[in-house]
Amino acid sequence: MPTPADTRLLLKQLFQQEFSKIVAVISSRYGLAHVEIAEDLVSDTFLTATEHWSTHGLPPHPTAWLYTVAKQKTLAYFRREKIYTRKVAPTLTATAESATPSPEIDFSPQYIRDSQLKMLFAVCTPLIAGEAQIALALRVLCGFGIDEIASAFLTNKETINKRLVRAKAKLRAEGVRMELPSEAEVADRLDRVLHIIYLLFNEGYYSRTQDEVIRRELCWEAMRLAVFLTENELTNRPETQALLALMCFHASRFDARQTADGGIVLYGQQDENKWDTDLIAQGIHYLERSASGNVVSPYHLEARIAQLHCLPGDGPDKWESILQLHNHLLVLQYSPAAALNRTYALYRARGATEALPEARKLRLETNHFYWVLLAELLQHTDLPDAITCLKRALEHARTTPEQQLIRERIRQLAKRED
Amino acid sequence: MKEFVILFRQPTGSYHKPLPEALEALEKKWADWAGGIAAQGKLANQGIRLAHDGRVLKSGGVVTDGPFVELREILGGFMVVRADDYDDAVTLAHGCPVLETGGSVEIRPIY
Repeated sequence: MPTPADTRLLLKQLFQQEFSKIVAVISSRYGLAHVEIAEDLVSDTFLTATEHWSTHGLPPHPTAWLYTVAKQKTLAYFRREKIYTRKVAPTLTATAESATPSPEIDFSPQYIRDSQLKMLFAVCTPLIAGEAQIALALRVLCGFGIDEIASAFLTNKETINKRLVRAKAKLRAEGVRMELPSEAEVADRLDRVLHIIYLLFNEGYYSRTQDEVIRRELCWEAMRLAVFLTENELTNRPETQALLALMCFHASRFDARQTADGGIVLYGQQDENKWDTDLIAQGIHYLERSASGNVVSPYHLEARIAQLHCLPGDGPDKWESILQLHNHLLVLQYSPAAALNRTYALYRARGATEALPEARKLRLETNHFYWVLLAELLQHTDLPDAITCLKRALEHARTTPEQQLIRERIRQLAKRED
Repeated sequence: MKEFVILFRQPTGSYHKPLPEALEALEKKWADWAGGIAAQGKLANQGIRLAHDGRVLKSGGVVTDGPFVELREILGGFMVVRADDYDDAVTLAHGCPVLETGGSVEIRPIY
């Protein structure tokens, strides 16, 4: 007989696993315009499960139980809804997806998979953007609670609720449909999906929040979605494998990059023994599988860079390879982070004299990493100037751990100045 | 920001098949130069590089083979950059590897 604590834990796990699946199936069946109702129906299902299981004990097949109850609740809801629309608002026409409602809701593994894939493409529509899209993805694709999303974004529940309401209104207004892209469209659409997964991962990896549990969950969810894409023929492309490899390599340094009290450990000072070798091995596996076709995507290059960062040792050869990969990456796609990383690699491969003029050309004055990089390069020749740069960095650093790190560096350089 | 085309020309006769190591070093120089421009967010189009042989069609339907002996320099390729003005574009063109082998770089604004 499971204890109440066991039941609660199981319910939590099931919620994480099944919430997005059931929402996807209901939305797939009745149309994306009903996604909010689908969410309510699934939450209601879990509420019923919590009550029922704590008094009657666990059913033999908890997942099947959830599907059955979700199905009943959904059918009951839409039956009432149909009576309402027929009698009260006869002018309202049904959406295309629900044009021929039959009382069947399909919870077969194949239908669940297809629905999830359709939902992934729908949520990643270019019609929504920015934080609203990430919030929607976290809610609908990952089953995150509003409070968890608020915590990830360091904001309150009202703000997140507003963003979600607006994003869903946009889905309705634009008539975004639950459908798979055609063979011809898939490359373009998949680009967008991979980009959102990448943002989701970064939101966790570089998050402003101090909540370690949330941060890791964001990263694992992004990886889970990418794994899901590799399991579907339509979306299992070299870029998908490359993105997954990239995330494995980054995630392998999760423990090493953080001190016990949440501070940042710079790459050069990381304890290599804390790198997760299983994840590195997985990253290598996916990177090998990504090497097919003739497209070198930014994800391929970033994954290769991340892999080099997972190799022990710190010689100029390694940095020369990293530099060349960054050159290639920047030619494909500019980003301030890539520009700064390229210049740092140039410094490590060939020295400060060559890197300093290149660094000055970047002109990223509002980016604190730019000033930190300049200070790093100047410390060899001009300590006072290096310290001035760090003070500029301090003005632009946003998080406490970053500010601590910069102050510490100022102290170190000031000591050398004496 | 305006867009400029950077055209690189190499002196004729300077072209010979380089050794693999020399080729690798040359590739790296091109990559460093393009990477440096891209790192400033000023690369609009990486352009194309041209092979050193070709055909020339003249009026009257006369076709001749390259290399183009009557020219002092042959076009090696181009790249499109974003720059504030001519000076900025010329600054970006500095460091183009053809300059090291006696070639020249032409900077032309795009209409």
